[in-house]
Amino acid sequence: MDHIIEVNVIDRDGQLHKLEAPTDMGMNMMELCKSAELPVEGTCGGMAMCASCHMYVESSHDVPEKSDDEEDMLDEAFFVEDNSRLGCQIYLADALDGLTVRLAPVGQ
Amino acid sequence: MIQTDILIIGAGPCGLFTVFEAGLLKLRCHLIDALPQAGGQCSEIYPKKPIYDIPAYPSILAGDLVDKLMEQAAPFQPGFTLGERAETIEKDAEDQFILTTNRGTKHRAPIIAIAGGLGCFEPRKPPVPGLSAFEDRGVEYIIKDPEFYREKRVVISGGGDSALDWAIFLAEGVASHVTLIHRRQEFRGHLDSVQKAMDLAQAGKIQLLTDSEVTEAHGDGALQTLVVKHKTEGERTLETDHWVPLFGLSPKLGPISDWNLNVTKNAVEVDTFDYSTNIPGIYAIGDINTYPGKLKLILCGFHEATLMVQSAFKRIYPDKNLVLKYTTVNGVNGF
Repeated sequence: MDHIIEVNVIDRDGQLHKLEAPTDMGMNMMELCKSAELPVEGTCGGMAMCASCHMYVESSHDVPEKSDDEEDMLDEAFFVEDNSRLGCQIYLADALDGLTVRLAPVGQ
Repeated sequence: MIQTDILIIGAGPCGLFTVFEAGLLKLRCHLIDALPQAGGQCSEIYPKKPIYDIPAYPSILAGDLVDKLMEQAAPFQPGFTLGERAETIEKDAEDQFILTTNRGTKHRAPIIAIAGGLGCFEPRKPPVPGLSAFEDRGVEYIIKDPEFYREKRVVISGGGDSALDWAIFLAEGVASHVTLIHRRQEFRGHLDSVQKAMDLAQAGKIQLLTDSEVTEAHGDGALQTLVVKHKTEGERTLETDHWVPLFGLSPKLGPISDWNLNVTKNAVEVDTFDYSTNIPGIYAIGDINTYPGKLKLILCGFHEATLMVQSAFKRIYPDKNLVLKYTTVNGVNGF
């Protein structure tokens, strides 16, 4: 279908959620998870300023590179790995069809 | 004891606008905020970011919005208790609330308006097992007085300005030994701070451990050792007197969650008729409240504040009639 992709989100209990995602609404992964009522806070609203949408990219998709802001924010996050990203900085695009992410643990 | 009509918890945009709307009804306000300055998230998180959905402002910087709200509230002479967190509430014999902060400052008012946004900003604590046992026993999340670290061994974690600046400060003749630990190779602080830290590391005054993080803390009563894990080179143990993890602030609902308010998903449930909570006399407005259809927008908070003060007025003066007066007709008559 036009402008609809499917992405996989693995929640903190290891459960897989297959989500349909529109690519023509300027949505990002944080917003998509929130709209599916997955436990992603998105406290700062998507400004790469809180790290509450920290997730790991587990598929080999070519996700656009991290900005300095995102890299800086990940410095204040915990459980950071090489494949760590802020969901709010991953914008849904046709090229991300089949993307798999895993939600990072939440700290205290 | 500070006495007022409406005690506002949270000095963000919503709390500040409440002062204006309450002032039009001749109600006085006092604001309490855990942060040392007014403005809430707008000042603390994104002062230089533009906001595009404030009516009549195609674009306004968050910091400028706060300045203008302060200016708008000024005729009504709001009081401020800043840098203190609203901790406990109780009712006195005259049905007024007594609110005490974490520093013991007492406030008294018939009405409380919670405009707490995301909650209070508290230091992010790294997920190290058993860490809380060492809090104030070698682990501090904020450096209050650098003299506290004189001739002590100090480990600082973090890659931002505060980690760099404190490592530099303590390494220049205060602490006996300073270690700076950071998850990556690169630091994101001001270039000159980064350079200075590198110079001090070269000179042997800062032990710099990059690509590393603290994974364990140990000690008998007080902190004694930290286990530091390098990305590729394995673990090492550091002996230290103090560990100061500096990972910024994140918001927590905080003590409000113990006030017997109805709370869902970190937000206070309200009646959209007047944004009252389940406790008579306590209202919740802005990002901290929730109701069917809630949108966390500053402009919605302004609307909520406006309706809320009408209800507060009727609660304080049940026998007085309230007539909406337009500011364009009557002007703004301050106190």
